[in-house]
Amino acid sequence: MLEHVPALQVALPLVAAPLIVLVRSRRFAWLATTVVSYLCLLFSIQLAWRVAASGPVSYAIGSWPPPWGIEYRVDALSAFVLVAVSLTASFVAPYAQRSIAVEVARDRQYLMYAMYCLSLAGLLGIVITGDAFNLFVFLEISSLASYVLVALGQRRQALMAAYQYMLMGTVGATFYVIGVGLLYLMTGTLNLVDMAERLRAVEDARPVLVALAFITVGMGLKLALFPLHHWLPNAYAYAPSMATAFLAATGTKVSVYVLLRYYFTVFDPVPLFSHLPTEEVFVALSVAAMIVASFIAVFEKDVKRLFAWSSVAQIGYITLGIGVDNQSSLTGSIVHLLNHGVTKGAIFLLLGGVALRAGLAALPLRSLAGLGRRMPLTAFGLVIAGLSLVGVPGTAGFITKWYLVLGALERGWWWLVAAIVGSSLIAVAYVWRVVEAMYLHPGDAGAPHRREAPPAMLAAAGAMVLLCVYFGFETGFSVGGAADAAAFLLRGLR
Amino acid sequence: MMLAACVLIPAAVAALIAACHRRPNLREAVSLAGAALLFFTVLSFSQAVLEGARPRLLLGEMLPGLALVLELEPLGLLFALIASGLWFVSAVYSIGYMRGNHEANQTRFYVCFAAAIASAIGVALAGNLLTLYLFYEALTLVTWPLVTHHGDAEARRGGRTYLALLLATSLLFFLPAMAATWWIAGTLEFEPGGILQGKVSGTAAALLLALYAFGIGKAALMPIHRWLPAAMVAPTPVSALLHAVAVVKAGVFSIVKVVVYVFGADFGREAFAWLPWVAGFTILAASVVALRADNLKRRLAYSTVSQLSYVVLAAAILTPLSLAAAALHIVAHALGKITLFFAAGAVYTAAHKTEVSQLDGVGRRMPWTFAAFGIGALSMIGLPPAAGFVSKWVLVSGALEAGHWLALGVVVASTLLNAGYFLPIVYRAFFREASGEEHGEAPLPMVLALVATAVLTVLMFFFADLPLAFARKMLG
Repeated sequence: MLEHVPALQVALPLVAAPLIVLVRSRRFAWLATTVVSYLCLLFSIQLAWRVAASGPVSYAIGSWPPPWGIEYRVDALSAFVLVAVSLTASFVAPYAQRSIAVEVARDRQYLMYAMYCLSLAGLLGIVITGDAFNLFVFLEISSLASYVLVALGQRRQALMAAYQYMLMGTVGATFYVIGVGLLYLMTGTLNLVDMAERLRAVEDARPVLVALAFITVGMGLKLALFPLHHWLPNAYAYAPSMATAFLAATGTKVSVYVLLRYYFTVFDPVPLFSHLPTEEVFVALSVAAMIVASFIAVFEKDVKRLFAWSSVAQIGYITLGIGVDNQSSLTGSIVHLLNHGVTKGAIFLLLGGVALRAGLAALPLRSLAGLGRRMPLTAFGLVIAGLSLVGVPGTAGFITKWYLVLGALERGWWWLVAAIVGSSLIAVAYVWRVVEAMYLHPGDAGAPHRREAPPAMLAAAGAMVLLCVYFGFETGFSVGGAADAAAFLLRGLR
Repeated sequence: MMLAACVLIPAAVAALIAACHRRPNLREAVSLAGAALLFFTVLSFSQAVLEGARPRLLLGEMLPGLALVLELEPLGLLFALIASGLWFVSAVYSIGYMRGNHEANQTRFYVCFAAAIASAIGVALAGNLLTLYLFYEALTLVTWPLVTHHGDAEARRGGRTYLALLLATSLLFFLPAMAATWWIAGTLEFEPGGILQGKVSGTAAALLLALYAFGIGKAALMPIHRWLPAAMVAPTPVSALLHAVAVVKAGVFSIVKVVVYVFGADFGREAFAWLPWVAGFTILAASVVALRADNLKRRLAYSTVSQLSYVVLAAAILTPLSLAAAALHIVAHALGKITLFFAAGAVYTAAHKTEVSQLDGVGRRMPWTFAAFGIGALSMIGLPPAAGFVSKWVLVSGALEAGHWLALGVVVASTLLNAGYFLPIVYRAFFREASGEEHGEAPLPMVLALVATAVLTVLMFFFADLPLAFARKMLG
């Protein structure tokens, strides 16, 4: 049984989705989603433990041996990302019930759960598969499900946002598959490990470079790499709360994973980083994201959009590590996949509770007035998660920043150190607008009295807030796993 | 274990206060009991530390090779003693002030107050730079609700300046300085003799020192001093304990720590050559601003800016005597300045006066308050029989020993300036005719508190050996 865990990791949520559609009971849908999410977490932990104990796990689907059949392959990097994704899912699932009940029409609620399961299956599949085309299939599964999740938002703008997201996402996926097509032409294989070996023989061939460009831009769209981020703020702002939290914590992170996988394990990283302006491109775009998107967040009036822009900026931190390209910076990048996922997930889950109690579909900044009195725990949670965005010591965000700063120092790039700390300073500005709104602006006299979010939602969100703090102090798993993954990625460079 | 208690006691007090928010008397009792308990816990370490023990507690590994550590050394003990002892006094004072002025949100106030003390003790006990940074940032954040306590537009503005300057400097300069230290030295432990010795020199060392000196914004070295006057929108007990003792002393304490245990007392003076100029400028410029400030709390704030730079100046001279002076001045200034702020708050509570020009004859109506104020002023100027004389004496001896004429000139000039902005207040209060409504002293808890700190200020003059022993021990 245990040897089939890699397949179950994906198959379970994949099967749960049609079941939910068939049964069409809201209660069953929620129960199935929650159970599946917890099982996925268990599976991913089991896999991570196996990888840590005895190296990469390979699983041949249908017993067709790789490179002919599809291989599921879990190494240090994918094990870490699997845990990060399913960890978030296990917090979102228990939260979903009350939130969906309010935000989505009754007859469509089962769809929400089904799409969530599909999206989860797709994301986990992307991470676990060792096959370039299979990856594309999972990319499409997760993306299509995400479009529906966004479109199920309460307001009519959600449809427009989903449409925009779908257009950009489809372009991204198409670019990716064109890139894979070119690589297949040049190597004749779709297995990523096999492809990596065969690519060494055709180094510097033009089609390979073109494939690299297509995959970079395609995944850049999916992960909202600045300036390909235009779909993100609307999609996050108009999607239902639980969908925003889930997508913000996982969707873009998995796309970064794909980029890391191709850059460091499929292509030969030595010419990639020495002959091509890879470093310059990634550092420039990341710094632009960190600064520009943070500035936009400072002037944003809608709270969900504010934090969506902050996501664009934080993705800049993650891609920065690729550009700086050393052990410390990549550790920072990879650990931020988890740290930022936990932080943003917590924020959007809390905001869902705020929207629920305020009875609002949109959350303008002034609607937070008096939140410190109305929902003291929620407000305090937002402060802690906000501090993690800033990177205050004692929170997860600090750990990331520490490694990114070290990475920049090791390269002797002082200006980059300044850019990193400068962008976290802008983060102070937008986080503090939220804090001031919550604590220093009195609410309306007629505002509802003290009333926290429903216990299940508050507990899930609160647990994620605690994780923000936990990963700020106890870094054995987070930094340990990320450092292993970074060392694994860099072994080709040494 | 007892070491952890030092941080945990105020933290537990914060939680307990929050728990009994419906019963003000119990809430205040918890504050007082917690403060007393903390003081005696810290005190219980003093004998051992004086004999050379360095109690150490590993809290856990935060990053590979980088742990959170508490370690008690003489300077930290001195700071912790001051912070916890004065916490007790100002807890007494707060009761009178907060009730006398009918302040709102008193529970939040006391919770944040206790949390601020917990952070300050954490700074005092930090065994390495990372731990210090952690508590340093926490101190900034938990004091923000205290600064913005009134919640009006002025408080919001003050709070923004406060937070922006303190967070900006710590993120922009302190953090990179710490990362660079880790990268250069491979450790962030505080070690006697420093960890950077021989690993960095010349311009790079001067630059690193600059990142620390300006990154530790709580030391209020110009031009990073604006947060301190901005913080004066807070209720006076906050200005007294936090912005005369805990927060600002956490700043200069961190600088002394960095100088002694990161750079090391024998680091070589070249890298430090610029620092006395900046500190000297701050001392004089802030005094000139104080001379012209009519608002009493603002004048005290600029006086604080000026006095903090005495500590930086003393540390920058880098001789054993001047480093001892730095440690002594942390204590001396704390005692004197808290007395002055207590007096300012008492005047506000009893007479509702905030400006220096309104103080005509107030001293005759509030003799105890202004007697204490006079002692505080003497201490600031550096005259006997007040604590300020001791630290200034040692500082001057240190400067003479090092042949540091700049420092000597600054001390002389600033002494005159100090006299220039403190003595007129005392003169006005006692020798001009009073006008307006009749009023007496402030509520009893406040008078008790400010008399107590004034007495301590005098006592330190007569029993200077004790703090001096700690200061000497700091250098091993």
